[in-house]
Formats: sequence, C-alpha cells, structure tokens
Amino acid sequence: MATPVTPRIDVLKTYKLFIGGAFPRSESGRVYAIKDSKGNHLANPALASRKDLRDAVVAARSAFGGWSGATAYNRGQILYRMAEILEGRSEQLAVEIAALEGVTPRVASQQVQESVDLLVWYAGWSDKISTIAGSTNPVSGPYYNFSTPEPIGVVAVFAAAKPSLLNLVGAIASVITSGNTAVVVASEKFPLSAITFAEVLATSDLPGGVVNILTGSAAELAPWTASHMDIDAIDASGLTPKQLKDAQLAGAANLKRIRVFESAKSPKRILDFMETKTVWHPIGI
Amino acid sequence: MSAFEYAPALESTSIVNIADSYKLFINGKFVAPKSGKYFPTINPATGKVLAKIADANAKDVDLAVLAARNAYAKVWGKMPAAERGKYLYRIARILQERAREFAVLETLDNGKPIRESRDTDIPLVAAHFFYHAGWADKLQHAGLGDSPKPYGVVGQIIPWNFPMLMLAWKVAPALATGNTVVLKPAETTSLTALLFAEVCQQAGLPDGVVNIVTGAGATGSAIVNHPGIDKIAFTGSTEVGKLIATAIAGTKKSATLELGGKAANIIYDDAAIDEAVEGIVNGIFFNQGHVCCAGSRLLVQENIHDEVLEKLKIRMSHIRLGNPLDKNTDIGAINSAAQLAKIKELTAAGDSEGADRWSVPCEIPSEGFWFPPTIFTGVSQTHRIAREEIFGPVLSVLTFRTPQEAIEKANNTPFGLSAGVWTEKGSKILWTASKLRAGVIWANTFNKFDPASPFGGYKESGWGREGGRHGLSAYLKGSN
Repeated sequence: MATPVTPRIDVLKTYKLFIGGAFPRSESGRVYAIKDSKGNHLANPALASRKDLRDAVVAARSAFGGWSGATAYNRGQILYRMAEILEGRSEQLAVEIAALEGVTPRVASQQVQESVDLLVWYAGWSDKISTIAGSTNPVSGPYYNFSTPEPIGVVAVFAAAKPSLLNLVGAIASVITSGNTAVVVASEKFPLSAITFAEVLATSDLPGGVVNILTGSAAELAPWTASHMDIDAIDASGLTPKQLKDAQLAGAANLKRIRVFESAKSPKRILDFMETKTVWHPIGI
Repeated sequence: MSAFEYAPALESTSIVNIADSYKLFINGKFVAPKSGKYFPTINPATGKVLAKIADANAKDVDLAVLAARNAYAKVWGKMPAAERGKYLYRIARILQERAREFAVLETLDNGKPIRESRDTDIPLVAAHFFYHAGWADKLQHAGLGDSPKPYGVVGQIIPWNFPMLMLAWKVAPALATGNTVVLKPAETTSLTALLFAEVCQQAGLPDGVVNIVTGAGATGSAIVNHPGIDKIAFTGSTEVGKLIATAIAGTKKSATLELGGKAANIIYDDAAIDEAVEGIVNGIFFNQGHVCCAGSRLLVQENIHDEVLEKLKIRMSHIRLGNPLDKNTDIGAINSAAQLAKIKELTAAGDSEGADRWSVPCEIPSEGFWFPPTIFTGVSQTHRIAREEIFGPVLSVLTFRTPQEAIEKANNTPFGLSAGVWTEKGSKILWTASKLRAGVIWANTFNKFDPASPFGGYKESGWGREGGRHGLSAYLKGSN
C-alpha cells in the first residue's frame, strides 16, 4: 500500500510585539486579523494595549542612557549592521510587502532595497550630524562658547502607512541614529514588515529597548502616547489630521515636540528630535 | 548693614520724557486704541503711576495684523535682504545713541538696578540688532536650506523681566529673516517698547513692519488666536506656554516658546570657592532673581556645604538693596505686587514644609515692592521651593555626595533651561555638562548672554532656540 503524499504544511509565524529586546504577546491577550490585498487571512498580530505602550516607554527610557552614551561610531556601525541583516531578509520582507500592499514582487523588493540603502544613509549620519548642526559661537567676551545637538530622549513614532517598510525604516533610523530611543506603533493595516523588521533589530547588536515596536490601533494608542509624560516627542507622520490635533492638545501637557515629515530621507528628521545645548566657559590664566 | 556707607549716587531721570498716556503703534503711527481703554503702569520702586497705557482689544490686534500683512506683502518681503539688514544696523546705532535714555526708562518702569539696565540690558539690545543685521543677506549660508523663506507675520509676546532685551531677542531675528511683527510687551513694562517704536520711526523703518500693541492676557490671546498670524514667539511662564501650545493645536501656526526654569547650580568640592560664591550670587540675585534661567537650586557637595554657606552669607550681606536708580544698588524692586505676592506665597511654603530661611538683614524701603535676598537651607527635592519657579531673589540649597547624585538631582525637574557647574577640573566640567538635560550650561560662570549664543530649553522649558545661527530657524519656514 502506497503512503498518500501529503503536501508539507507551512510553519506560520506568530506576529508578536517587540519590547525591551523581547517578543511578548500583548498583555491584554488581544489580537486582530489582517488580510492580504485579495481578502485572504494572513495573520493575527497582537493588538497592543495602553499597558503595552507604557511597558515600551519604560524599556525605551531605560535604554536611553546607554544608547545616547554610546559613541557615534558605535551607533553608526549598529545601524549599518541593521542594513546588513535587512539585506539578508530581503526575500521574506518582499513577500510580506507584496501580499499586504498588493504590489508586484518587483516593486516590493525594490522597496526593501531602498530601505536597506536608507539605513546605510542614516548610519553614516550618526557621527556627522553634530558637526553639521553644532557651532562654536564668537561671543563678546573672554568665554569659550559652543553649541552641540543632543538626542531629545524617547520618541514615539507613527510612521506613514505606505510604502510600509520604507517609511518605518526611515522613521526609526532618523530617530535612533542621534541616540534617541523609540516606541513605534506600526501601521495598523500593514504591520507584518514592522514585526519582521523587529527580528532584524533583534539580531543587529542593537541594545534591547532602543527600538520597541507595537502593532495595533493608532486611533487607540495615539491619545495615550500624546498624554504620556515620559515621551519627549512624536513623529506623527502616520496620524490623521484629527488624530494629530488631538495629539497636539494632549501633548501640550509636557510640551512634546510633535512633527510631521514629508520626506523619508532628510537630516531635518534627525535634527527635529535633537536639542541644542550651549556651554560657556571663561578663558583666562 | 555693611562696613561701608555710601552716599546716594542717583542717575538723573532728566534724560527721559514720559508722557501722560501712550497709544498703540500700528502701521508706523501712534493711534488711539479702538477699545478706548487705558491702564496705568507704575514704578515698582515707588508704587507711583508713571503713565497710562493703551489696552488693545481684538479689533486693535486686527488692525496691527493687517498693517503687518500689508508691510510684508508690499514692502518688507520684497526688499533686497541687504537693504533689510541696513535698517537693522540703523536701529542698532540709534539704540546705542539713546542707550542711557532706554536704561533709565527701563529702570523706572521695571525696577531693575540702573547698573544692570545700563551695563547689561541695553548694550545687549543694541548688540542683538547689530548681530542680526548682518544675517539678513546671508541666510542661504546658514545651513537652513538653500532658499530659506520667512513665515510672514509673526506674533510676539514678551515678559516683564528684561523688557527691551526680550524685545530685541524677538524683533531682531524676525526682521532679519524678512518677517513683519506684531509685538505685545508685558502689561507692567510697556514703556521701553513704545520708545522703541520711536526708534523705528527715526530709522525710517517702513510702516507696518513693526507694530506694538499693549495690553494684558486678553491682548496676548487675541494675537495667539488671530488667523492672520503665521507664527507665534513667546517668552513667559510654562503655564502660558502650554496654553499657547493648546491654542495652536490643529492649526498651521508654529511656535517658539521660551518658558520657565529651575536651574541647578552645582558646586563641586574642587571648585574655586570664592569664585563659585560670586557665581551663586550672580546666578540667583541678578535682576532680583526675575530670570527664567536663574540658578535657583544650589546643589553643593556635602563636605563643603558649611564653608560655602558661611562665605555666601558674608557675601550676601554686602548686597545693596534699594533705589534702582542709585548706581550702587545691586538689588532693585520686585516688578509688581502680584509677583511679590507669589514670592511670599512660595517662601511661606518653604517655611511650612520645613526648610530654614535666612534673609539678609537689610532695610526695606517703605514704598514699592521689595523682597530681601533670601536663602533656604535644609531643602529637600519634594519641597515646592525646590520644584516651582519662584522668580525672585530666593535660593534653595540642597546637597549631594557624588557627581552622579548631583546629576540625578539637577535633572529631577520638568524644566531644562539652564544649569551651572563649578569645578577646577576640566574633564569633570565636560562630563557634567554632557549629563545635564538643559539648553544652556554655564561652567565656572553664570547668567552670561550674547546674541551669537543660542538660548533655549529642553523639556518643559520650551521649544526652539533664540540667538546665534540656531535662532534663525525659529523664523524661517520649514527649518525648525
């Protein structure tokens, strides 16, 4: 008797959150179903809660001292390492992007390549942004006076939806290259590449907590993000005008810096999440 | 009170000519307010009325915005940048010529010592205009884009602690970058701003480029909420800063905010103690402590606490409080009854929360508003006097044992405007400066200002910078 031939059953991925370098499920136990562009079920990613957001902020704040204190050269190498690992994951990401965004495989893999290149571009900024944006200032007196940009702290990111990976990578890289840490809310409709990108982060020598990625509803999480007193700034590029206004209202409580960007590739994105520090010292003998 | 007695050395007030009442400055002319209302401005050192000031309402603000818009669209926005710069140079020169007049008027209206208005405020005002004049035709080289563009009409609201200096910090960069201005001075200190309007006339500045509307909170609110204004620049309390952030939410307006502070002044045990004591005094008693970046929290290393306090008290005993017009005066009048009440409320909280108060035993004038230089020891981080901005000549003293603890305590505040550090060890200065979460760090000095030096805060001390190359971005679209 011949054994019937059973096609191999794929091992599907459980898409979880990325907090403090680990991949937990939502503490709420919630998930939501996402479909591909043809309406077929794709996955049940976690539906992150307010508590998950708070855990992510704690992780990001804890990681800030070490990451901002690392040398710019070291940060640049780690971002470059992220590009290396991302390159190796290109095929998987292209498949996910094609399925979710409904673009051709060619367009999808082009997006992945652009994302890799964008990471390389931001990696190179880590040890140059202070040179470009800093200054020594010719004050009228016997003082040495210099200004230098410093990372602002914990930045929440709502990246614009499409192209999902490129926007996500541009937002994350521009935030962390200067030494900030990030709490990222992935696009609600296109979350898969964000979680797969988290796997890239987890294997790139990036310290746990520097980037934390939540999947779920921006509408649900944006107000809690805006009112959280330990978040310093928000990249609100992915919020609707109404969500943006509400975030600005709630964010006034600790004067969050809230920005919306049009271009994924700009040094302005780095500088908008930095603060200028000016130091004076007398000159004399 | 001190070893030396000084004969009075009063600066003459004959150089100023104060009118009975002042109108608004709109479209190059002084015009009566549509509101028909005026309010008094007083000399805080005597409590006597100096003049009546127009109280601008929403209609007056409308007219000012219209004038600024016209000037922007028809004259100022089209003018070659080099010509714009030449107007600013003219203004700087006239301010230098009339410096003493401005200093005396500032002291009369604000209560600050003539020594400060004459030697600090007004010279810095002229320097600020001169510095920014040179930027006008070099903006494309400022690293803020190849073709930086002004916002258009900027609404500016300034505080009473450095009336003319804050005007200069606002008006000079706004004009240099090609914007036109609707400015509101603080209601207790409008006189020098109105004298500045006369300088604009003397300089031949085109009508409507600078408009000055006087009034209180309602006038400020009319500016913030005016749809014809593209950008808000505000210096004042964090409380009002948050209101402005709320008011402009969901609009196209952006804002620069220079807000409160509660600066730590860290004295390590390897500091030059005598110099540090001078720095402590300058840090908190300069301008009666009406300084957003004042070194109001002294963090002194525990093993030198007693020595520093002893020397500080001796030094403080030589501070001369009195008539601000006297050239020997170090501490002048508190700017208003309201501010004096706030200082008294917070210092009473210092007593009731268990800190120990010590004030210089000095004579307090019988008229006007005064508060003696005061320190609180035994302050803990939870005390209101360690957390809230007092904005008066009151120092809270805390101690620390290790540099790490100093940083912990220094950064334990929602503010982040400035900080001080005193040590003779260079590497420790740079380590400390890099750990402090504040926009301006004074190392072995304090309360130094310069037009070329960016100023502004981290966290709840505000948005953006003023001064230097960085300050230009506040007035150039898309660059901040």
